Amino acid sequence: METETIIETTNLTKRYGRQTAVNGLTLKVKEGEIFGFLGPNGAGKTTTLLMLLGLSRPSKGSATVCGLNPLRMAKEVKRHVGYLPENVGFYEDMDAVQSLEYVADLNGFKKVEAREKIDELLEIVGLKEEARKKTAAFSRGMKQRLGVAEVLIKDPKVLFLDEPTLGLDPEGAIQIIDLIQSLNKEKNITVLLSSHNLHQVQKMSHRVGIMIGGNLIAEGSIDSLAEEKFGVGEKEYSLEEIYMKYFQ
Amino acid sequence: MQGLYAVFKKELQDHLSSYRFVILFALIAMVSFITSYMAAVHMRGNLEGLASTKFPFLMLFSTPGAMFSMVQFVAFFGPLIGLILGFDAINRERTQGTLIKVLSQPIYRDAVINGKFLAGVMTITVMLVAIVLVISGFGLAFVGVVPGVEEIWRLFIFLIISIFYISFWLGLSILFSILFKSIATSSLASVALWIFLSFFISLGAEVVANTVAPIDRKNEVQPEVVLENARIKEMVSLSSPMVLYSDAAATIIDPMRKTTRSIILMGPMEELLSARFQNPLSLGQSIVIVFPHIIALIAITLICFAISYLVFMLQEVRT
Ligand SMILES: Nc1ncnc2c1ncn2[C@@H]1O[C@H](COP(=O)(O)OP(=O)(O)O)[C@@H](O)[C@H]1O
Ligand SMILES: [Mg+2]
Repeated sequence: METETIIETTNLTKRYGRQTAVNGLTLKVKEGEIFGFLGPNGAGKTTTLLMLLGLSRPSKGSATVCGLNPLRMAKEVKRHVGYLPENVGFYEDMDAVQSLEYVADLNGFKKVEAREKIDELLEIVGLKEEARKKTAAFSRGMKQRLGVAEVLIKDPKVLFLDEPTLGLDPEGAIQIIDLIQSLNKEKNITVLLSSHNLHQVQKMSHRVGIMIGGNLIAEGSIDSLAEEKFGVGEKEYSLEEIYMKYFQ
Repeated sequence: MQGLYAVFKKELQDHLSSYRFVILFALIAMVSFITSYMAAVHMRGNLEGLASTKFPFLMLFSTPGAMFSMVQFVAFFGPLIGLILGFDAINRERTQGTLIKVLSQPIYRDAVINGKFLAGVMTITVMLVAIVLVISGFGLAFVGVVPGVEEIWRLFIFLIISIFYISFWLGLSILFSILFKSIATSSLASVALWIFLSFFISLGAEVVANTVAPIDRKNEVQPEVVLENARIKEMVSLSSPMVLYSDAAATIIDPMRKTTRSIILMGPMEELLSARFQNPLSLGQSIVIVFPHIIALIAITLICFAISYLVFMLQEVRT
């Protein structure tokens, strides 16, 4: 099946002083894919997402998202891309609806339009009951789901999710993973996510990229990575084994 | 534009409904009420028996009652309003992780800082207008003075100058909230700079003037030296926004004030004459006297905001 490339980076590099956070990343993500960035803390996953969003300026190299250069067309890119940051925050004195309303406002939605959309999204992420609860009282899992609702307001073509399951209990993590998968299937949203949790990435991603110390050291479907490393014939390697292999 | 308006609306709502606004407003309303009451009592005593005074209405704002006049009050406490409205504008959003969320929406980055600054300016305007109206109503009711056209114009200009003055402090505190990641640091830095610019400069001016042009008290005092000393003192103290503002506002609000200088060389006859035939300045003349002050005040406000703007636009936002 032939699909379009929706995210492309060429030799994308980010340096902080002497330290190289991302080193010559060249990558293609196809439309409709769930691509998982896998790597330990400090690998450069967040930095990559920020550069793709135009919030951080690459030291070298270039990127294209939805056919746009995020450096020059940041606002247009952000129209199509929903970004859920690693530790998404909320205004504590707002309830879920108010929080969503503000995001809708920032996206230029009319009030009536926004209202309908918000109801629908609260239903999707399962926060209908908590709609009028202050976000300060939200659990980590609820916050994460509210964060997903917020990024969905703009009807994104692409989602960037930074550690979407971090700090969630297993049940909360499963809810988020199911949500991501259903969004991908039903709305054909391309998802680029980062995580250091092997099992979760393995569970939901079509393809993964392993990043360590700013370098993308492997990329492909989990099967193909297994083959590459262990040779054909060995079967059913978990990503963990592959990961450990690369780490040595 | 749509982003700017959304941020502006939210920030304004936040300001007007926050406890800090209510407390600030109550405090200011109370003090201005007392000040104008004192001024009114003082005026009633003074105006009695006078055939006609010029500009009695403005005296509500310029007469020091028991402690200070309205102008002095704004000069002194106005900065606090600006600082309180802005000291955590950006770094609070950074720590609670909402800044990156807002910036990842399809808006220009400057919408955030412009929206916040404008919402602050709007809040300041609402506060000042409300206070001026309260005092005016008070004057009408208690002293029975009715403002003339020129007095209204003078009040209007006073308001504009005051808004710029407080906005300068707002811009400064927003700048600190961008530069410092911690709210405690940014609030401390704002207050420190306020104290420095408002109080230490006048002290420093004294020191500088006495070093450059010392007045020798033992021998005969030379008028040139005294003048030079005063001139230097004035120049240095003008680098304090508080002095800049008080000079400008006091001259605008008090038509009898003919100069912002503290020392005027006058012969005894001249002095007698000027005391005897005191005529108020026209509004145009008052403005001409403090025009440089007003321009300087507007300039430092804009420069301060421009620096915040640049720093914010160039800064990398990760949280
Ligand atoms: N503002 C900064 N200044 C200096 N180094 C930074 C800055 N931000 C991130 N880094 C460094 O860049 C590297 C990549 O960080 P990051 O992209 O956050 O990793 P990840 O998201 O994979 O955990 C880290 O080593 C981090 O220390
Ligand atoms: Mg990260």
